[in-house]
Formats: sequence, C-alpha cells, structure tokens
Amino acid sequence: MEKYIFYVLALIMIISAIASVSSRKMLRSVVYLLFTLIGIAGIYFMADYNFLAAIQLTVYAGGIIVLIIFSVLLVHHIDMELEVAKRSRRIITGLICLIGLGIFLTTIYSHPFVETTTAVTTTTADIGFALLSTEAGGFILPFEVISILLLAVMIGAIIIAKGEDGTDDQTKEPPLLKQEKPVEKKEELLEKEVVV
Amino acid sequence: MIPGISITEILTLTSILFFIGIYGFMTRTNLISMLISVEIILNSTVINFVVINKYLYPELLQGVVYAIFIIAVAAAETALAVAIIINLYKQISSVDVKETETLKH
Repeated sequence: MEKYIFYVLALIMIISAIASVSSRKMLRSVVYLLFTLIGIAGIYFMADYNFLAAIQLTVYAGGIIVLIIFSVLLVHHIDMELEVAKRSRRIITGLICLIGLGIFLTTIYSHPFVETTTAVTTTTADIGFALLSTEAGGFILPFEVISILLLAVMIGAIIIAKGEDGTDDQTKEPPLLKQEKPVEKKEELLEKEVVV
Repeated sequence: MIPGISITEILTLTSILFFIGIYGFMTRTNLISMLISVEIILNSTVINFVVINKYLYPELLQGVVYAIFIIAVAAAETALAVAIIINLYKQISSVDVKETETLKH
C-alpha cells in the first residue's frame, strides 16, 4: 500500500516540478511549486517524521509560497508571459542535467547501503531535547545562531524593501509606464471628442 | 523506514528533483523563476538528509535537526531575496537578469 502511495506522490512531484520550471505563466509556476512542496511533506509523513512534515507545510506551503505570490503580484502583470530561453540552450542544459543525473544514479546504485530494519518513532519531544541540549552532540549553539540570523534577516529585509527614502529620488527618472499611460488615454479621449 | 520502499528509490526521486531545479535555474532569466528553482533544489537536498537519517541511523537525530536548520535558512534567504527583487523592481522596473546590471542602490 505504501509503495503505491509513494509512487503516486513521486509522479505528482516530478510532473509538477517540471511544469514549475517550464511554465510560461508566472503564477501557475508558483502554484506548481506548491504541489511539489506538499508532495515532499507527504514523504515526511510516510517516513514517520510528523514534526518535519508540519514544519514543511507551515513554513513552505504556508509562508514561502505566499511570499513568492506576493512578489509575483507586486512585480508582474498577471497576463504577462515569460520569455523562453533559446532552443539550443534548453537542449544543451537538458543534456548536461541528464549526464549529471546519470552520474548520480550510477553512484547511488553502486553504493552498498546497509539499511536497518528497526522502526524508531521520533517524537517532537526528542527533537526539542536534541535542539536544546548542552551536552556533547547537542545543538544549542546552532539553534541560537539561527535565531540571531532570523532576527538579522528580518531587520535587513525591512530596510532593503523600504529603500532609502528621499536621498536619490530627485535624480532618478520617473518610471515610464506610470507616466505615459494617462497621457495616451487623454489623447484618445481628445480624439474621440474631436470626431464627435 | 517506509515499508516496501528501498532507500535507492527515494534517492533517485531526489536526484531527479535536484536536476529539474538545476535545469530551471540555468534556463530561466527571471529572478523570481530562479528563486523557485532554488527552492526545488533546497527541498530535494533536505529530503536526502531526512531519508538517510531514517534508513541508516534511525536512533540518531542529526538529519532531522539539520533539515530544520536548512528550512530556517531557506526561509530567511527567500525573505531577503523577495525584498531585494521588489527593491530592484522599484529601481529599474524589471526583474530580468539581463537588465540587472547594478547592485549599487
């Protein structure tokens, strides 16, 4: 039973990943990425890591996807189509990727993995104790470093996205799209009036 | 471990996902599309950490903890990248790689 669930998940993930990197519509590409991430959460559930699957669903499917969708909506027109790379470039890149995949697969299938058959269920409490343990092999130091990193990124993202106000605005040229469109409309209206 | 599935099958799946991400990263010229490809690459490597921990050393926790750290760093990286992209769009009205020539201001 698990076998079929895994194969279906793998098929969904691969198809949606290919669609995500080759779709010409920006927003659809993000939604295909969402399917891939949910499939990965399904694999974590199958491997009996419920906490990781919950993190994957909340951080990726809940946070990062929403962030990327926001940036797409702020940056793109919704009906704009992306330009596709040249055909020769796509073929060469695909060939390089296939060669790399072949190397990976030969290495994986020639390496003798010694799989254990013991099934250990990792609870969330175990992960919490490992993250906060100060003994040898504990992860308290990287945990604190990550928290400082997140704080720094939060402040940095706010400052970068806000931009420097007032310093460079006079010298900068105004964006062309915003300036020209109303003028064209006014001219059209004027022409219509003239015709009438 | 997942009953009925060997570790090589999952590693095959993650390798395929990794190279799909590489393909997208090399063919796309839009910054947001490249960000999406980077997310695919990062996620496939995180599955590797988790699966190797589960199949080979199930009594240890290193793989899971590293997966959590990678997810945290990836979230931070995405937030910063989105901030930079939006700021860049304010400056040059484009998010295409070919028109991104300056990082100053």
